[in-house]
Amino acid sequence: MYNLLIGGAAGQGVDTTAAILEHWIKQSGCEVFTVRDLMSRIRGGHNFSCIRFGAQVPCCHSEKLDGIIALNAETVSIHRDHLRDGGFILCDSAVETDDDFVIKLDMAAIAKKLGNARVASSVAIGAALKLFGVPMSTEQADSVFRKSVKAEYVDINVQAVQAGYHAVPQKFEHAGGNASDHMLISGNQALALGALTAGVKFYSAYPMSPSTSIMEYLSLKSAETGIVVEQAEDEIGAINMAVGASFAGARAMTGTSGGGFSLKVEALGLAGMAEIPLVVVDVQRPGPVTGFPTRTEQSDLKFVISASQGEFPRMVIALRNHEDAFYQTIRAFNMAEKYQIPVILLSDQYLADSTAAIPMLDSRKIALYEPEEGPAGEDYARYRFTESGISPRKFPGTRDGFVAADTDEHDEYGHIVEDSETRIRMMKKRMGKLALLEQEILEPELLGEQSPDVLLLGWGSLYGPLEEAVELLNQKGEKRYSALVFGDVWPLPQKLLKQLASSAKYIIHVEQNYTGQLASLIAEVTGIKTDAGILKYDGRQLSGEEIADRIVKEGF
Amino acid sequence: MGGHKFDTYETAWCPGCGNFSILNSLQKTLGELKKDPHDVLIVGGIGQAAKTPQYISANSFCGLHGRAVPPAVAAKIVNPNLTVIINSGDGDSYGEGGNHFIHNIRRNVDIAHFIHDNQVYGLTKGQASPTADEGAVNDVQVDGNNNIPFNPVLMAIASGAGFVARSFSGKPQHLEEMMKRAILFKGYAMVDILQPCVSFNKVNTFAWYNKRVYELDDTHDAGNRLAAMERAMEFGDRIPIGILYEKEQPTYHEKHPSLKDGQVLVAERNNPALIDKYMQEMV
Ligand SMILES: Cc1ncc(C[n+]2csc(CCOP(=O)(O)OP(=O)(O)O)c2C)c(N)n1
Ligand code: SF4
Ligand SMILES: [Mg+2]
Repeated sequence: MYNLLIGGAAGQGVDTTAAILEHWIKQSGCEVFTVRDLMSRIRGGHNFSCIRFGAQVPCCHSEKLDGIIALNAETVSIHRDHLRDGGFILCDSAVETDDDFVIKLDMAAIAKKLGNARVASSVAIGAALKLFGVPMSTEQADSVFRKSVKAEYVDINVQAVQAGYHAVPQKFEHAGGNASDHMLISGNQALALGALTAGVKFYSAYPMSPSTSIMEYLSLKSAETGIVVEQAEDEIGAINMAVGASFAGARAMTGTSGGGFSLKVEALGLAGMAEIPLVVVDVQRPGPVTGFPTRTEQSDLKFVISASQGEFPRMVIALRNHEDAFYQTIRAFNMAEKYQIPVILLSDQYLADSTAAIPMLDSRKIALYEPEEGPAGEDYARYRFTESGISPRKFPGTRDGFVAADTDEHDEYGHIVEDSETRIRMMKKRMGKLALLEQEILEPELLGEQSPDVLLLGWGSLYGPLEEAVELLNQKGEKRYSALVFGDVWPLPQKLLKQLASSAKYIIHVEQNYTGQLASLIAEVTGIKTDAGILKYDGRQLSGEEIADRIVKEGF
Repeated sequence: MGGHKFDTYETAWCPGCGNFSILNSLQKTLGELKKDPHDVLIVGGIGQAAKTPQYISANSFCGLHGRAVPPAVAAKIVNPNLTVIINSGDGDSYGEGGNHFIHNIRRNVDIAHFIHDNQVYGLTKGQASPTADEGAVNDVQVDGNNNIPFNPVLMAIASGAGFVARSFSGKPQHLEEMMKRAILFKGYAMVDILQPCVSFNKVNTFAWYNKRVYELDDTHDAGNRLAAMERAMEFGDRIPIGILYEKEQPTYHEKHPSLKDGQVLVAERNNPALIDKYMQEMV
């Protein structure tokens, strides 16, 4: 497996270069996982992407580098220490460095000679492909650039790639792999594609990193799919619009990051009280408030499971990887509609912005929930008491009566009441959904040994790093390690956890936050206490290697 | 089934409140327009005025304080066959919901927005609303309201609204005419309805309004935005009622590629073939 870093200032094309390279590498057969480390600025600063690729699936990023493409001098000084012996640093001849591993190339000069200084990064792409033994043909170069640049710039970029390719010798053997027909997808794209698969008809949001690319992808497809994507005036408007669309009968979703979620809180209760299905996405970033706008954290868990005044049922699903983002989003729509509740999808910047090569997703794997027809006749009551506690939905326009929604406590018809008897029945009806949800929740996934000595607990996007960590730890052969990674976090599934916790010697929570929010939730719900925590809250995701190192260092 | 009768349920308003007349006019107008109640959605936020949807036999949505407009607009977006009407307070529409008011004018979705403007927060017992007169005294603004009154009709015209009108709950015939025109208008239409609150507004009473309001006549050119703004600034000894500004412009639906042919997005499912195509694009 190889790991290639592309670094430079914002505006230098780090992201585009990485996108073209990862695509090319994947087409040559390799499995790919790319992380993006971005600064919250449009120009300057330091941005980088790391493409990890090989015959095996890279389940997360790695700190150790085999190659660096340095679009500026700063990239060399920042990342040099992570380069393994025998690796390379590819940079322009103008970059001042006498590092042994440096391969200097007249990228700027070549680009200029070709007639456009901006194709220097394509020269680097060509050279990097050659160094890693990735085949390059003119037709392929042509098809790659046709997807990523305007038609008039295709030829010059192809020439630049060829020039770079021929300027360096091959350094590494091609990594192999059978992933050429896999799809390359980001976490946010997977979520958006899941929503389209679930039949989302209305998406409203207010731009906020790192959630905005969900809106961008849906906008791109809105005309063809016939859906509405609306940029609202603020997050309060966004969620209230989504609730209105859902009330009227369209599958609806709204998305944001923690700051926007804070503004949506009251309307989350509206969906709970008025029993209106709604999917709400929180792509987490480090808080509080503005925090690190373009970095990663898992610190909204306890917030979203309890956000909004009063008590109402909700479901919270943390997304663990790209496949999960797709399938769980479909499931979220189904659960929201079946139980007429808000369902919150918790993602984070690490997953949202990273891309992975994954086998083709199955758009028919999860059947869309088909609601029961409500009773016919004029006496329709939106909040009818039923045996299951779920009242059949109808939409305004039905001839079977009137459809009401009300945030005041209400009777079966949605009319305001204040008597205690109706209040108690309605509370029981709504809160009873929690017991139904408990029948549906999915147990966390166990990675590694079936009966571990050391049990790691994690959730969401730490799935990949934990998978690699237990693999590394188990290779040592001293103890048996496994990781239990939660996807459904509310209601909290407890069976597997209780079973493993009773026999494991040590339980360690691994989370991207300061306080160990999952550990605290588990303690509250099950009484199970962890023995230690591996925590990180600097906005950078734990890698598998880092988790394994820290576990060993702490003596577990 | 069907029929065009909009019944009233028992209300919780104070006897003598201007809201009764507004509710009555709304029922009459919808009946006269021969709307089927099943195709009508009345939306409110929270407040005394915002209880209107509760009191009329039609579909209803009583959401959050200040947030009547976003769900109303979205319901209309996904189902253009609905007649969507907002009945909500001045506090709800101009105060807590001010941002939605401004930006949904710009969205120009085909709904009617009726604001029961009593210049107070009725439900919370009479505090100053955005339209409260300077100097108005209540339990919170004990030395009188110091803020410059908000001018909703001027703001609406300035923000680009295509239909801006004012009426008075004490002139039901006029009110019904305004409601009818607003509902029939293609695009966002607002009517600021002067409404006495007998319990908490002892200054802007029925008599106070009745003495001041006068109906706009043919001399006012409602197609002239500047003239409309000039009239909109008149609020004091004389208060013009009627259509201040009216000009059709393309609606949200007409401009939207997914909606311009009258599409209904309700209970629609996905198109798996398209999803498969999108996946292929990522290979
Ligand atoms: C978020 C929120 N803040 C405050 C309130 C309390 N509240 C309810 S109605 C209202 C004001 C109502 O005034 P207006 O919209 O003018 O309606 P009116 O009662 O005068 O008809 C307030 C402040 C609330 N329900 N929700
Ligand atoms: S408080 Fe005022 S607005 Fe509310 S019902 Fe009584 S009179 Fe009407
Ligand atoms: Mg009021």
